[in-house]
Amino acid sequence: MSTATVVTGIGVAAPNGLGADDFWAATCVGRNGIGRLTRFDPAGYPAVLAGEVPGFVAGDHLSGRMLPQTDHMTRLALVVGDWALADAGVVPAEPPSFDMGVITASSAGGYEFGERELRNMWRKGGQYVSAYQSFAWFYAVNSGQLSIRNGMRGPSGVLISDQAGSLDAIGQARRQIRKGTRLVLSGAVDSSLCSWGWVAHLASDRLSTSDDPDRAYLPFDPGAAGHVAGEGGALLILEDAGSARERGARIYGEIAGYGASFDPRPGSGRPPALARAITLALADAGMAATDVDVVFADAAAVPELDRIEADAITEVFGPRGVAVTAPKTMTGRLSAGAAALDVATALLSIRDSVIPPTTNVTLAPEYELDLVTGTPRPSPVRAAVVLARGHGGFNSAVVVRAAGCALGPLSPHWTLEKGTTDHG
Amino acid sequence: MAEHVLSVDDLRRILSEAAGADDEATGLDADALDTTFEDLGYDSLALMETASRIEREYAIKLDESVLADAETPRALLVLINEQLSARVA
Repeated sequence: MSTATVVTGIGVAAPNGLGADDFWAATCVGRNGIGRLTRFDPAGYPAVLAGEVPGFVAGDHLSGRMLPQTDHMTRLALVVGDWALADAGVVPAEPPSFDMGVITASSAGGYEFGERELRNMWRKGGQYVSAYQSFAWFYAVNSGQLSIRNGMRGPSGVLISDQAGSLDAIGQARRQIRKGTRLVLSGAVDSSLCSWGWVAHLASDRLSTSDDPDRAYLPFDPGAAGHVAGEGGALLILEDAGSARERGARIYGEIAGYGASFDPRPGSGRPPALARAITLALADAGMAATDVDVVFADAAAVPELDRIEADAITEVFGPRGVAVTAPKTMTGRLSAGAAALDVATALLSIRDSVIPPTTNVTLAPEYELDLVTGTPRPSPVRAAVVLARGHGGFNSAVVVRAAGCALGPLSPHWTLEKGTTDHG
Repeated sequence: MAEHVLSVDDLRRILSEAAGADDEATGLDADALDTTFEDLGYDSLALMETASRIEREYAIKLDESVLADAETPRALLVLINEQLSARVA
């Protein structure tokens, strides 16, 4: 018997909003968080725009002891984790530590930290490299630091599959909850907006070289010419539904299904596998395509990849068969953080019955998509599919649905109740 | 460079640069001098980083046993200053 996995807490750091409330308010009015890079001088690089998280001063949130040992993305993750726990009404010291795990995703580790220490090594010598380099730039560092900070010693790890990573992390977290872990902090907060990281982003050949924040990232638009890279993401509190119910937690929704596939080798002649990830996730959720109200697209903004995604959505849901949106047009692609942020956005869409828009985009006529552009679309949202693709062939899909659909014969008021402080 | 004595103030500053300082208790007061690094919240990496900075600043190579042997700030000061004065002698 598998238990349902529900989301009871959301923490967000995004280029268009710090904190879930700011982010959601910005996203519903289409506020763009893309601008010229400020973390280093991008002059001389082909791409100069990025989505940077605004207004984050690490020292306002973290003790001085944390700063020498943390990269920027880890600082963001620790604070976002605090917010997610607070939002869920979970005091991390209270539940047994082995009942709580941390499963995040990362695309590059603590790149900015690594760049600085490698620079120290080459310019000054090995004795100038921080001892904290021994872990601060690792892929797993956010999971490790979140685990230490919050005393979470249950099943933990990190998933590395580029932009698909945070869906894979959420899928893995759900697996652990089904095996008996009560709570998992999952999702991803990512950042590699340093000059070394920038070279890696450029090597993908998928960065937009536009310098106009409103014209740089245009998925499914005739002008699509690459994406803007960004930083941030979301961390979610995933809980066993029974346990969440027991403590009277507020439920945002259920992680109802997960599916992943891998694209065939280029030149093999076999079709891309994205549609299969979607159908696997729907089957896992026990749902039909017609049960889905909105798809949050991966939105590569590379014409060939947009074509593959549009075809996959059309194959599963039919031509213009489901609303599609890409709010990441306001933030850029956040590497591993992107899909977790889309899952958070989907849950807020369910809560507020509104689909946030894909900004700046005019749908190219060749795509048979019902793309929500320009302004938000008021609409009941009972279930959403979030798609993400990682460089090299990763495809992942998560089905999120309203809690009431999932949890069976409960008090009709239960899902709306605010969490109490009685942790039983 | 080439200072011959590591003072309490020097150690306080280097610890803070190496491993950060909490807003409140950044000082190594008399009690803290005899409190173990573990109780002060400095783990092994914090001490490695501290030792590395002392080595750079004082142009010495600390014996590998120093970090294992010095459990408190006072013990660390004594061991390092022994090594510094031995070098001068």
